[in-house]
Amino acid sequence: MNAQATNPDITVSAGSGYNFAYLDEGTKRMIRRAILKAIAIPGYQVPFAAREMPMPYGWGTGGVQVTAAILGASDVLKVIDQGADDTTNAVSIRRFFTATAGIATTTRTAEASVIQTRHRIPEAPLSEGQVLVYQVPIPEPLRFLEPRETETRQLHALAEYGLMHVKLYEDIARHGHIATTYAYPVEVAGRYVMDPSPTPKFDNPKMDDCPALQLFGAGREKRIYAIPPYTRVRSLDFEDHPFRVQSFERPCALCGARAIYLDEVVLDDAGGRMFVCSDTDHCETRRADGHTGEAA
Amino acid sequence: MAQAHAQPLARGFADPVHEGQAVFRAVMEALSRPGRLRPLVTALAPPAPLTPELAALALALTDADTPVWLDAPLGANPAVAAFLRFHTGAPIVDEPGRAAFALIADPARCPAFTAFAQGSLAYPDASATLILAVATLSDGTGLAFEGPGIRGTARLDAAPLPADWPSRLVRNHAGFPQGIDLLFAAPGQLAALPRSARPLIPEA
Repeated sequence: MNAQATNPDITVSAGSGYNFAYLDEGTKRMIRRAILKAIAIPGYQVPFAAREMPMPYGWGTGGVQVTAAILGASDVLKVIDQGADDTTNAVSIRRFFTATAGIATTTRTAEASVIQTRHRIPEAPLSEGQVLVYQVPIPEPLRFLEPRETETRQLHALAEYGLMHVKLYEDIARHGHIATTYAYPVEVAGRYVMDPSPTPKFDNPKMDDCPALQLFGAGREKRIYAIPPYTRVRSLDFEDHPFRVQSFERPCALCGARAIYLDEVVLDDAGGRMFVCSDTDHCETRRADGHTGEAA
Repeated sequence: MAQAHAQPLARGFADPVHEGQAVFRAVMEALSRPGRLRPLVTALAPPAPLTPELAALALALTDADTPVWLDAPLGANPAVAAFLRFHTGAPIVDEPGRAAFALIADPARCPAFTAFAQGSLAYPDASATLILAVATLSDGTGLAFEGPGIRGTARLDAAPLPADWPSRLVRNHAGFPQGIDLLFAAPGQLAALPRSARPLIPEA
């Protein structure tokens, strides 16, 4: 590797040598214009000139660029990775923005003005002042059905989504039910079919009529798309096979919460396991309020 | 151009990074919630008839990648183009159809929306954004709208606007996903109508 291309340690050089939030102003303007078009055409994937970021593709370069473009000095940032504030991806992105923008961060959903997420929507309801930024690996919902960009673009132009319904039908033919459990396709505002990023389908209903603005950034694929607040987001289904979310038989082992998304934690090599909240802030808030589960 | 050089060039943002971000966030919020008024405060003092709000939006959103079209009153004062060229580097174009952004100081004589880029079905984002300097904005009266970003219905009234404004908005929305997006800048205030906003015209 070229020695000059190696990154300075961003955690050491806090604030110095970088423009606010890392990106240069020309790049921010380009991303901002893409965001505005994405909001005006809900669910349409706006191409943008994604930059190389000081992190590998797959670590949220798209989400990071969207966050960097919208962030202001008074914003409070929360970053979650599979619902958790304390895993590698979340911690490193939070530190990246602390170092390059000097902004405040939080783990509390209610206190954040911008929430960057990799594949979960917080359990606590979002509010009007908040922006949810998704990290997206593959923005094109039709990509695994039709690999050619020229063709998928035409399918979106004509709103021709039969292919997606065939895919869901094949699920039913093979498994007896729609077996897609994450990246479950949605129709936005009655027009575009959109990939909600690999969130569990459990979170799909939270996208519908959400008071917060939802922005999606795919760095490697160079696409930005959006769901404005209070927008109809419908998970695709069939009359005789309506959309259903996962349900869990037992509550969270730590806080006793029900009707939320759980992670499985393996405890030993003898089959011991427990199920806990995927949303760490939700779990901690409940435990602080005195709720306990069977393992607490 | 001699006229433009005769007077000193008006200043741009004192703090381009944070003022540009604040103006963008106001636009993002306005476009996400069509019809809702947002404060837009700026200390810019651009050459007339470019209003401070129009100038703030131009400085925050345009650059060398975005051709800008000026309406007749803005084009009549060469200092306006000189101000925009210096602070943004945006090419000023004569044909409205080539513009990414159109700055309109006299909204009552706004050209037909179809004079501007509408995007294509494959690339609906390749369309123009019109920025209109209006005298007044109100969210309590005027046409009602529904659509993405609107809980129930929203109202937006701006003045002055051409008499055929409602039918223009109906046709613009009917072309969705193609069409233009509108930003309204009144003194100290901002509102937006993306193409996704559906005007509710009472049955005649």
